[in-house]
Amino acid sequence: MTQLLDLLPPPVPLFVLLIAVALVIARVRDLFESAMLFGIFSLLSAGLFTVMDAVDVAFTEAAIGAGISTILILGTLALTTRTEAKHSSRRLPALAAVVITGAALIYGTRDMPRYGDPEAPIHHHVAPYYLDETPAEIGVPNYVTAILASYRGYDTYGELTVIFTAGLGVLSLLGNAVRTAKDE
Amino acid sequence: MRPLAMRMREKVVLRVVSRSFIPFVLLFGFYVQFHGDFGPGGGFQAGVIVAAGLILYAMIFGLDAARLVVPQRWTEIGAVVGVLLYGGVGALSLLLGGNFLDYNLLDSHDPMHGQHLGILLVELGVGITVTSVMIMIYYVFAGRGVGARPPTAADAER
Repeated sequence: MTQLLDLLPPPVPLFVLLIAVALVIARVRDLFESAMLFGIFSLLSAGLFTVMDAVDVAFTEAAIGAGISTILILGTLALTTRTEAKHSSRRLPALAAVVITGAALIYGTRDMPRYGDPEAPIHHHVAPYYLDETPAEIGVPNYVTAILASYRGYDTYGELTVIFTAGLGVLSLLGNAVRTAKDE
Repeated sequence: MRPLAMRMREKVVLRVVSRSFIPFVLLFGFYVQFHGDFGPGGGFQAGVIVAAGLILYAMIFGLDAARLVVPQRWTEIGAVVGVLLYGGVGALSLLLGGNFLDYNLLDSHDPMHGQHLGILLVELGVGITVTSVMIMIYYVFAGRGVGARPPTAADAER
């Protein structure tokens, strides 16, 4: 029984559902349906992250993936048609590329440490320092926030700049039409 | 096909439910923003939640109504203000004689208070920029082609 549980940790049913949703997304021709399914896909991912104790990541995935992305895809859909253009369904080179890439990825995972392995390199670099010193140095109960905003404040500043730049890019590519039509 | 917002305007249930829902979405956003030190979340998630509340408003009540609540100009200014706030905290700690983004120096008595203040301010910067950019992107996307459309009966009714 314990062996069976070892084989089937809690994330597995979620992974199965993720794969099922991904297969349905690939088959569905109605873009509205696939937009909604993408939202479900993100919500399942958020559930997966929660089960794996990455609550902050789950939160972000739920807000960005299931929320904003779905809205933006729907906004784009309102400007185009609802059904995907038809194309021949049999493309052997594409199938070969996908199979080879997938096989390479699965082969790559064999090198990764087991999930939750305390000996994994990630737990022996700077993580112990953050865990030991956060109460004394930062005094914030949520260690993720301590790392994100203080220890790695530089990185977060960079991420913020990326979001800002993305906004600038969208505004300069698409913003002109709005400006002339509405504000002037 | 009519724009999404116009078809939405006829859905009474959606309008009523979302009208009572949006304040709680925004409140939850602010909770996530200012409680990020203690629970999951922070400026990034809070920014997206607040933006989602306003985008919901824009989807149900129309882009023009949303632009009255938060003009696009504000989102453009907000995107800059957030980055400047974050960078300003870093510059301030430089001026106080420390490293860039070294919050310890922000409070001369207790370094931990400095850390709390620093984290609060940079998370606020993140929140402002993320909210602004998300709303701005939605405005720009949803506003495509609106200018070319002649006014309709539903427009006049409002």
